[in-house]
Amino acid sequence: MASLRDIQSKINSTKKTKQITKAMQMVSASKLSRAEQNAKAFVPYSEKMQEVVSQIAASDDATHPMLQTRAVKKTGYLVITADRGLAGGYNNNVIREVYRTIQHQHASTDEYTVIAAGRFGRDFFKKNNLPIAKEIIGLPDQPDFADIKQIASEAVEMFLEAEIDELVMFYNHYNNAISQEVTSQKLLPLTDLSADTGRSVQSMYEFEPNAEEILKILLPQYAESLIYGALLDAKASEHAARMTAMRNATDNANERIDDLTLTYNRARQAAITQEISEIVSGAAAQQS
Amino acid sequence: MSTVTTSIVTPDGPVLEEDYEMVSCTAENGELGILPGHIPLVAPLKVSSVRLQIQGRTDYVSVSGGFLEVRPDRVTILAQSAERASDIDVDRAEQAKQRAEKRLQDKQANLDQIRAEQALNRAINRLDVASHAR
Repeated sequence: MASLRDIQSKINSTKKTKQITKAMQMVSASKLSRAEQNAKAFVPYSEKMQEVVSQIAASDDATHPMLQTRAVKKTGYLVITADRGLAGGYNNNVIREVYRTIQHQHASTDEYTVIAAGRFGRDFFKKNNLPIAKEIIGLPDQPDFADIKQIASEAVEMFLEAEIDELVMFYNHYNNAISQEVTSQKLLPLTDLSADTGRSVQSMYEFEPNAEEILKILLPQYAESLIYGALLDAKASEHAARMTAMRNATDNANERIDDLTLTYNRARQAAITQEISEIVSGAAAQQS
Repeated sequence: MSTVTTSIVTPDGPVLEEDYEMVSCTAENGELGILPGHIPLVAPLKVSSVRLQIQGRTDYVSVSGGFLEVRPDRVTILAQSAERASDIDVDRAEQAKQRAEKRLQDKQANLDQIRAEQALNRAINRLDVASHAR
């Protein structure tokens, strides 16, 4: 059995760990609430954007390359992961899903390319020698639109220049604080636009100069905003996942401290009992 | 005088939502002035300033990457970025302007050139709008 002092030092070190995980849990909780606010601030923009874009796209004379499905020779995967770990299965779930899809869909590396947002995803794809077209790391915890603008417009440009024929996003969708799920969303070509135009068709717009010109400007912006929306979603998931992971770690640390304290007390008692019995037997030996 | 509810929305949240008598802005093919009761209209905007008038007062907002959606009782401007004149960080815009000018002089690859021009454009627009801050 371990000595009293060994157990005591184990208890102390577990307590230290617990302090850290607890602090990280609280930090993540506050970041999560900020991330939720950011996602909420984005909603009016995305709703309006969706409404206008789908109305313009619904008018029949408007066509644009981004609305047209073409034969897929090369697929782009936009993978959003975190820069840091300690978030449970957050990164691994996304990466595993992407990897499985790639293995399943493609025979050679010519048929796809990866756009990696986040260090974990980038490192994984690099290590496995998968093609990375673009990468961005070091995104802040509360990203602004300006932070993602460049990579988003580059991704859209790749599609427009026919470097890729479709663009699929993989990220963790935020359901609530305890549940996030890996989502894949086909971003380009924009095919599901006309789905919910029934709501406000009554206002038919004048287009200045014309619908086609507007689509040319609007659709890239729309796609960029979708990417930004996914990033906000993913960031909220990241903080939620980290919060959960750290809460579990804190719980485990508590459990371990309890166990160790029990062992410590047992050992202490055993030592006392032994000492008493030694004294008693010593006294008895003197009397006889 | 009748007014039209105007809102300016960016991905980072709403910038402004108020009633105005007239909204003027620069669209891709020219100046637009919107009064209440305008027919529904959609038009992309240049990197420019939006002027909002009410009771003899004019508010200035800088927008980039935006477009305008008009309904008879509502004007919505969706922009990738937008700041009110008083919210503009003049130092930062000044720095961005100098950076872009320097890059333009260096004459590098074509793509960078275009980007630098756009950045310069945005910076100049911001500074211009900021000069109207009350």
